[in-house]
Amino acid sequence: MEILSKLHAKNLVQWAKDKPDILVLSADLTSSTEIDLFRDAYPDRFISFGVAEQNMMSFAGGLAREGFFPFVHTFAVFIYRRAYDQIAMSISYPNLPVRMFGFLPGVTTPGGATHQAIEDIAIMRSLPNMTILECGDATDVETVLDYAHSVNGPVYIRMLRGEIPRLFDKSEPMIFGKARLLSSGNDITLLSSGICTEEAIRAVEALKRHGISIAHLHISTLKPFNDEAVLEALSANKYGVITMENHTIIGGLGSIAAEKMAEQGISNKLLRIGIKDAYLHGASREYLMKEYGIDASALIRTVEELTDSRFNIDEDDLKKAHITLMHSDAKAEAL
Amino acid sequence: MLDTLSITKIQQAAKGIRRRVLDYVIKNNGGYLSQACSSAEMLSSLYLEIMNLGNVVSPIMPPAFSGVPCQNNPDYLTGAIFNGPKAPHFDRFFLSPSQYSLVLYAALIETDRMAPEGLEQFNKDGSTVEMIGAEHSPGMEIMSGSLGQGLSQAAGIAYARRLKGETGKAWVFMSDGEFQIGQTWEAMQTMSFYKMDNIGIYVDVNGYQCDGMTSSVMNIEPLEERLESFGARVFKVNGHDIGELIAPSKVELDGRPLVVLCYTNPYQGIEILKSYAPKFHYIRFKTEAERQRLSEFLKETYGNSF
Repeated sequence: MEILSKLHAKNLVQWAKDKPDILVLSADLTSSTEIDLFRDAYPDRFISFGVAEQNMMSFAGGLAREGFFPFVHTFAVFIYRRAYDQIAMSISYPNLPVRMFGFLPGVTTPGGATHQAIEDIAIMRSLPNMTILECGDATDVETVLDYAHSVNGPVYIRMLRGEIPRLFDKSEPMIFGKARLLSSGNDITLLSSGICTEEAIRAVEALKRHGISIAHLHISTLKPFNDEAVLEALSANKYGVITMENHTIIGGLGSIAAEKMAEQGISNKLLRIGIKDAYLHGASREYLMKEYGIDASALIRTVEELTDSRFNIDEDDLKKAHITLMHSDAKAEAL
Repeated sequence: MLDTLSITKIQQAAKGIRRRVLDYVIKNNGGYLSQACSSAEMLSSLYLEIMNLGNVVSPIMPPAFSGVPCQNNPDYLTGAIFNGPKAPHFDRFFLSPSQYSLVLYAALIETDRMAPEGLEQFNKDGSTVEMIGAEHSPGMEIMSGSLGQGLSQAAGIAYARRLKGETGKAWVFMSDGEFQIGQTWEAMQTMSFYKMDNIGIYVDVNGYQCDGMTSSVMNIEPLEERLESFGARVFKVNGHDIGELIAPSKVELDGRPLVVLCYTNPYQGIEILKSYAPKFHYIRFKTEAERQRLSEFLKETYGNSF
């Protein structure tokens, strides 16, 4: 598996090169959110606000009203927790094209509860006019800019930084409103998002060897949530649906699936893997994923529960599982 | 120096603002009256002399509410049309405390920007002439009722206009209570840091807020020194003196954001309101006699009601 580093930093500079109306806004986390190269390349399009997110958000709304596209970068918690009223009234109500890049989702930081965004999707999803995207790999990170930027309104992007694996073929960009079908099957439907998708891929491979067939979809557009293929998959399974997310099970992907299933009258069972209504603490990602039960092993246990069977899949086997580049449903041979 | 005729015109408009708001408050048994008393000269000076706004062809009748902004509502209306057409050289106006909306509507009528009958829609269902205005309400173009957000939004607009090379300024009307808010000071430090002298702020320092006297709720003084230490260019004026109000808007720009602290009286022009001290924020009549007293005052001072 290919691991890429500082992808967004390089990509943004290239992408924004011929887009003079793109402004990048920072709240004292310029290197930490990978906008240092942009700052150096286009100093006139970079605005530093210091540790003052509320002003930055309302200011962004003002810039957007004049035809600019503010790309706000900071840690996710400082977007939706620190400046919620400002997002609601200065950005979301007027449906302004402000792009908010929220870094450090869930367990991706050892920074503890103050820095770990565990309920951002729940909060932002309840705002009218808001679009929500989440990145799960290097290809998502590289191609999210085009799709975020095509939206006529505000967009919140759950972003990744640092070393990021490439799970999806580079030639297959994130497509707005379309899930990536990573595996077909009819025993279980699995929806995963963000960094949980890599874990899910490991587990699905192992489960296949035990004769469990899983329809695995990687979700990158959390709002709006109306991909026909996903809605169909929610009912097309023998045992039920599993959701898997690096977020509290309240208000995120699991809740979205529950709402959609209830609305469609799907009575299949739904099991939600995610943070179970609890705060995290400062520790490594691997440790937290295990402790809070959102890793590949957690998925194995959940499938065992749903199918009432035991597979005796070794944790080390899951870790060692070789991940080959995944192709989406656009390429039939990869299914 | 402003000629006598212009000053008289501004004073007449201020008087008209008080009259219209008082008339409304009497008819509706309450309302934001003290805000009209304190800010009538500020708003009439801004509209008639300080701001370089485009004209409206004729006083506009406020349109009915046509939905909030969203992807599926391209017909969404902005209240900015009452402030004239947008152009690179024209100024823009931003009312930060939307609790002053009624005063703004009265000011728009007095300056021939809004049809007088429009005020009859005030606080009526399905109307844009809302009690606490939104960006579809006459004279408004941003969401500012959540206090402290107006200045940052106006600053964003002013910054963007400077990037585009536009020469028009942003004028922001603020209340003194907003200087208790952290975001206001975040915006001040940002405007000062980026040397934004294309923004001017008129603050109604009437010394009162919802809970009572500002000095008893949460002190904001010395406001002048606080703002100066944040890098603002501050003028302290009598907010009922037209000449004093206008003078700071004519100074040569020097890279600092302009703040005009207008010290005002919350019962200016309607002195019998003094008995409500310190609860001026929203005047509500408890007895018919109170209402009668103001009705008589209105008749004596301004002649008949509308």
